[in-house]
Amino acid sequence: MNIAHWPRILVSKLPGRESAARVPLHLVVPALMVAGAMLLPLAYLLVRAAGADAAAWQQLFRPRIAEVLGRSVLLAFTVTLSANVIAIPLAYLTTRTDLPGRRVWSVITVLPLVIPSYVGAFALIAALGPRGLLQQMLAGPLGLSRLPNIYGFPGAWLTLTLFAYPYVLLSARGALLGLDPALEDAARSLGDSPWMVFRRVTLPQLRPALLSGSLLVALYVLSDFGAVSMLRYTTFTRAIYVQYSASFDRNLAALLALVLVAITVVLLTAEAREQRRARAYYRAAARRRQRVVRLGRWRWPALAFVTLIALVALVIPLSVMAFWLVRGIRAGETFQLLIGPAWRSVLASGLAAGAALLGALPVGLLVVRHGGRFSRLIERTSFVGYALPGIVVALALVFFGANFATPLYQTLAMLVFAYVVRFMPQAVATVRAALLQISPRLEEAARGLGARTPRVLFTVTVPLVRSGLLSGAALVFLTSMKELPTTLLLAPTGYDTLATRVWSATEEAFYARAAAPALLLVAVSALSIGLILARDDAGR
Amino acid sequence: MTTVRRSTFLVMVLLALLLAACSTAAPEPTDDAADAGIVAEEGAEPQSLVVYSGRNENLVGPLIEQFEAETGIDVEVRYGATAEMAATILEEGSNSPADVFYGQDAGALGALAAEGRLVELPNDILNLVESRFRSADGVWVGTSGRARVVAYNPDNVDPAELPESILGFTDPEWQGRIGWAPTNGSFQSFVTALRLIEGEDRAREWLEGIIANDPVAYSNNMVALEGVAAGEVDVAFINHYYLFRARAEQGDDYPAALYFPPNGDPGSLINIAGAGIIDTAANRAAAEEFIRFLLSEQAQTYFATETYEYPLIDSVEPSEGLPPLSEIESPDIDLSTLSDLEGTLRLLQEVGALE
Repeated sequence: MNIAHWPRILVSKLPGRESAARVPLHLVVPALMVAGAMLLPLAYLLVRAAGADAAAWQQLFRPRIAEVLGRSVLLAFTVTLSANVIAIPLAYLTTRTDLPGRRVWSVITVLPLVIPSYVGAFALIAALGPRGLLQQMLAGPLGLSRLPNIYGFPGAWLTLTLFAYPYVLLSARGALLGLDPALEDAARSLGDSPWMVFRRVTLPQLRPALLSGSLLVALYVLSDFGAVSMLRYTTFTRAIYVQYSASFDRNLAALLALVLVAITVVLLTAEAREQRRARAYYRAAARRRQRVVRLGRWRWPALAFVTLIALVALVIPLSVMAFWLVRGIRAGETFQLLIGPAWRSVLASGLAAGAALLGALPVGLLVVRHGGRFSRLIERTSFVGYALPGIVVALALVFFGANFATPLYQTLAMLVFAYVVRFMPQAVATVRAALLQISPRLEEAARGLGARTPRVLFTVTVPLVRSGLLSGAALVFLTSMKELPTTLLLAPTGYDTLATRVWSATEEAFYARAAAPALLLVAVSALSIGLILARDDAGR
Repeated sequence: MTTVRRSTFLVMVLLALLLAACSTAAPEPTDDAADAGIVAEEGAEPQSLVVYSGRNENLVGPLIEQFEAETGIDVEVRYGATAEMAATILEEGSNSPADVFYGQDAGALGALAAEGRLVELPNDILNLVESRFRSADGVWVGTSGRARVVAYNPDNVDPAELPESILGFTDPEWQGRIGWAPTNGSFQSFVTALRLIEGEDRAREWLEGIIANDPVAYSNNMVALEGVAAGEVDVAFINHYYLFRARAEQGDDYPAALYFPPNGDPGSLINIAGAGIIDTAANRAAAEEFIRFLLSEQAQTYFATETYEYPLIDSVEPSEGLPPLSEIESPDIDLSTLSDLEGTLRLLQEVGALE
């Protein structure tokens, strides 16, 4: 009973491509503005690369560069794979089943996203390192004097999987909540077991969302610096950082960054091809209540699985931070009030989330409703900067800001703009996935009844993709909260946030002083994402 | 047609609202500008200073507040990593708002100097410190010193068994007992010094010898020191002040001690944190006053007692428990030359220390 063979009445297909001439101006103009902004880092890299001399080009073609590149690609591939293995069951368990404490778990399992990778990596080393807390616990009963080395690939893979899987989870959740249960009900009524329903009906429908989430994970891994530097796995991004900090050779760094852009283009093309192969399935107009799947005897293994993930990805890092805090208080450390930094974090990240949503909606509508080559190009463009290391994007905007937008340079507006440039793809990917789930026929119907385009947008489209929009905004908010290089280089002078506080304390190894802002950062982020997910869930 | 125009209008309104929200939410810079304006009307010189600091706020923030209180000069500090702050100034070009660059290694100062972004400092500032702690062409000056040391765990190591020179750690008796942080900037400066003093071949031999002893590579000095204290390794090559900070945060019984290899050994290299004035500085007088303050007895005492660094002027003693600077027979090299990290990185990569 494969879904592909179902009657067309149940499964509608994307409308045929419209010609570029018919693409409405009210989408094209803002989408072009977004694309232009997203291309700034690339423009900067081209300017810098043009200044590279022959020696720099020679450096680029050393065998070592290929080796480091290979590591980046390997890491991105394996982390994406394992993130899916974790996220798909978690998404299903927390949206569809009678898992005990399901609503609480649905928030908890997303929370590892709020832990900055530089904090998470440190915590995992403290806990799982060769002489870490786990070894100390096992030393007595098992007589282990050292655990296997987690430095290098295994540690980097584990850390990035644990802190990046929520990208796939969030997008899979959004899709699961938005699916039309009619298809699943039909399969069930035809005698499929819950497993068969999942594999043959649900999973294929999740494909666009999983691809979107996977793309975000892969690009996140390519651009990560915090985890790979703590775990000493030299990826391409780490090599770029070394160029900046050791030789101050911005031209060679730009050449290296352009290689990363090239990989991103390959990934984007591959994802786009897969997306086109995946069929879009629309849900019904009305939200129908989805059936709760009874886990039965799988209840306890399922619970053990969620608990294990939460333990490693959330409880361990939080405990390490709490340990630093307590140790610092015992040694007489005093703590400053953090209301100011917390407010500044929330303000800048909140504005970035809103702005990213406003930018993502026209791009998403353009590509989903008017998917010509031109639209797809604009949408793909918005991803280019996402795989670049933060330092590259930040320096690009320093260059353009200081020299071509001087009045805006080092203002809050500039910081928000920088966050949007850096994290826009998270909003675009989520919004696109959500839009793919609603049928254009609903909008056509509204238009046919005389509603004008803005009214259709705000009374039909936006309400239907609400949960996708919220997830997109939440992602941008959370990543902005923990973003470091952009904040340090582009915020108004003296605009310290929770993330910069954590950084400035850990950089000089004041762990006790890092603990309070780190815990607050996690708490504020957790609260906001909790609110969003709870509303999302209650809306079912 | 009307539909299109209306929705375009709507999008424009939304974008305008967003921009308005952004600009109203950023009152701080405008307020400051207004304050400065009022001061100017009263006839006083508009005294404000922008410092780009690669030094950490936890370390130098209180000191800068003292400077503001005493001089009435309003200091805006942008904190970041030393290399990134230097790169920022280079990208900002002639529009850089920075007056002063305050960094924690000579390499970044050297990079700014090489691009012609630092101006010459007056002699009364330069002459405050020994010539080995300032740039040869007088464009930057060291403000505090940081010694490379060998940290050891006194429970596991008898100080008598420590070698005369850092070069002695290639002996097989140190197999599996060494911790280091090969990605750390201070460590790389040390290797650069080693190349300059002992030559490329000896430096390579040393690195290969250490690697043959299976050292544990840590991500930074502090983690390496924690490794010593936890007994994971017996010795680690770090900067001297981390031990004092660990004691301040975790108590005086912290199980580690310091060893300064004698006789001008590269293992006891003294690097500096230092400052320079940017060529586009709007307020050079205030910038000079700031650097002069960093070399005042007050600030130097602060470095000695709060950050546990070496004061660089004669009249201030280092923190208790540290040998005086004059007794550390640190190698005689020009710190500006330590900005040649390119060769060091290549060497570290070739011997496999950066894997």
